[in-house]
Amino acid sequence: MHEHTLPRLMHAAGSRPLTLAQHEEVFATTQRAAMQLSELDASGLTGRGGAAFPTARKARLIREQRGHNKFVVVNAMEGEPASHKDRTLLSTHPHLVLDGAEHLASIVGAKNIAVCVARDEATVVNHVERAIHERSRRSLRGPKLELHTPPWRYVAGEESALVHWLDDNESLPQYRPTRPHILRIGHAPVLVDNVETCANVGLIGRYGAAWFRGLGTVESPGSTLVSVTGAVERPTVLEVALGTPLRVILESANADPDPQALLLGGYGGSWLAASHLDLNYCNEDLARASASTGAGVIVVLPRSACGIVETLRVVRWMANESARQCGPCAFGLPAIAEDLNHLAHPSRDPMSAYKRLEERLGEIDGHGACRHPDGVVRFVRSALATFAQDFSAHAHASACAGSRANVHYASVPHLEREEELVWE
Amino acid sequence: MGVRRRAGLFVLQVNPILCDGFGHCGELAPELVKMDEWGYPIIKTEPTAFADAGAYESARYAERGCPRQALRIHRLTDK
Repeated sequence: MHEHTLPRLMHAAGSRPLTLAQHEEVFATTQRAAMQLSELDASGLTGRGGAAFPTARKARLIREQRGHNKFVVVNAMEGEPASHKDRTLLSTHPHLVLDGAEHLASIVGAKNIAVCVARDEATVVNHVERAIHERSRRSLRGPKLELHTPPWRYVAGEESALVHWLDDNESLPQYRPTRPHILRIGHAPVLVDNVETCANVGLIGRYGAAWFRGLGTVESPGSTLVSVTGAVERPTVLEVALGTPLRVILESANADPDPQALLLGGYGGSWLAASHLDLNYCNEDLARASASTGAGVIVVLPRSACGIVETLRVVRWMANESARQCGPCAFGLPAIAEDLNHLAHPSRDPMSAYKRLEERLGEIDGHGACRHPDGVVRFVRSALATFAQDFSAHAHASACAGSRANVHYASVPHLEREEELVWE
Repeated sequence: MGVRRRAGLFVLQVNPILCDGFGHCGELAPELVKMDEWGYPIIKTEPTAFADAGAYESARYAERGCPRQALRIHRLTDK
């Protein structure tokens, strides 16, 4: 486990989660000292939940806060329908994640660790429950581990919504006018980190920052999990070093070798045209095509599909998943979805829908309390750029053949009626 | 209306969760607030000087006149 090879996070992954004893055996180490913040800083680890914020900087911010009863929240909500990495990780290496969470707790001085898994994921909930139980028998010292099961919603995994749920049983995002904003449960400061981030922290705690930097690029070191879906043989979760060429990832996922476009990051992410397939999978490279790794989602769109219809399906679902707290999101996203519908299935005056869509995107961008509407705007803008030809064809009322096909690639859960949405 | 602060810059901020789209701010501070098509405010993001007495006064009217108390005059600290 000391060589610079993959797999790291997926090392010795089987069909069952590793027990604590197996885990100690697989990730054997001589290093037993408590992990230091400087080690985390040196590793250059960035958050794997989507924002790619430096983990050490976030931890330092919480460490500097006063408070006796700090929390570390492990975010395993996995709101992205196309992402499977968090539940894969928790179903194979739950103890690696908990190791990382304990390291983070000792760094920031937290007494509580809350692992948040969506209650719909019964198997994962079981695995985590068992792992926590195993640990509680092992030692009485250390932070208190708790499992929480909020309802599954797209925005419930947003950190302020998650903390709001833990604090007040409502998984609705909060208004945060100043950044950085310290989230709190009661008065206690909270550090929220993604499952994969915690697992990486667990590895850094065992093998050190220098080992961690043995893979990946200088700016984004380490390896990451990607969930590849869409036009693939079967949906997979792969572990790749950051900076791997996109083509190599597609090849190892047995994906369509000549796709029309890729959806990167998640449903608040962006489309990447096939002309950018030579880019490497890391944020500094993808930024040149104004994309990002996001939550590690890759959806492969084949040439036979219609990008506008796929965008419409995603946006319609995202509009339904809005928490309906802010006007621009509650009214704006359905309006965008409606415009896209006029374009995807052109009937009456699609050109005016096209113009209206561009206007509306500007009115919504940045006007919600959380980043949910901004993500949708970014996603639609990238669709406008990537599928520019299709959009102009559709706007002139000549829809492509793909828009009439009944095969879809971006997986979207069924739309729930507004009164059936559960927030607490 | 109290002491006028002459130095520094401010922006008007809205809490979009509280805002219910009454639209008073657009009437009280037309130079700072535009309305989107659903009646929610789109506030000028460039900082305004407190010295701009007209803009500051209407910002204060908007802040006071908001039925949901969703508006706030945020003083920018100099950097």
